[in-house]
Amino acid sequence: MAIIRIPTPLRAFTGGAADIDVAGGTVGDALRNLVDQHPDLRAHLFNDDELRSFVNVFIGDEDIRFLQGLETEIEATENLRIIPSIAGGRRQRMER
Amino acid sequence: MLVQISGELRQRVFDQMEATYPNEGGGFLLGEYADDAVTVRDIIQVQNVFAVEEQHHRYAMTPQDWMRLEDQADERGLSLIGYYHSHPDSQARPSEYDREHALPNFIYIITSVAMGRAADIRAWRLQADRGRFNELQLRVS
Repeated sequence: MAIIRIPTPLRAFTGGAADIDVAGGTVGDALRNLVDQHPDLRAHLFNDDELRSFVNVFIGDEDIRFLQGLETEIEATENLRIIPSIAGGRRQRMER
Repeated sequence: MLVQISGELRQRVFDQMEATYPNEGGGFLLGEYADDAVTVRDIIQVQNVFAVEEQHHRYAMTPQDWMRLEDQADERGLSLIGYYHSHPDSQARPSEYDREHALPNFIYIITSVAMGRAADIRAWRLQADRGRFNELQLRVS
């Protein structure tokens, strides 16, 4: 089975586990298998069926957005990693 | 939840934020959880990679920074407990942009820098339903 490494703040939803074994022939299948195993992750990874824009998935050093996205095929021995985009900024003038 | 940070680490945050003013600066918080408290053990400054002309109100890190520093934290027996950044000439409160990009179970420490001087520092955490940030007690020891 492929393995997905979970980012530290989301490990609260996997019982503290950093690495989760997942089934699936594509990145999308693997992520869906992950949220089937740990449903509380879903809201933080997906908007409906789309990956949230600030959630990055890497296979080794490669961002799946530069491959075939969720359709990227993976080997059973693949190591995937979820990496959040870290960004912030002050309020805009019009923001209450 | 209580967030504890030493006076020395807070000063390092202030020094960094004043040095990056009028742009935003930031980095990761490494630490430990115990009961209902979290203790910041170290801060790691991370370069702001947002477009230079936007850095006065935006801050971002690369995914590679995350990978490298999360691995370092794990190796040190610490956790990546949160991240800190500055709001130049603005309040130490999360913006809507902060909320949209926020993670659950992560501590957000925001420093207000007014006219080049650190003026306020506050700690926040995203509510589980992602609806809002709640302020946490920040204790400096």
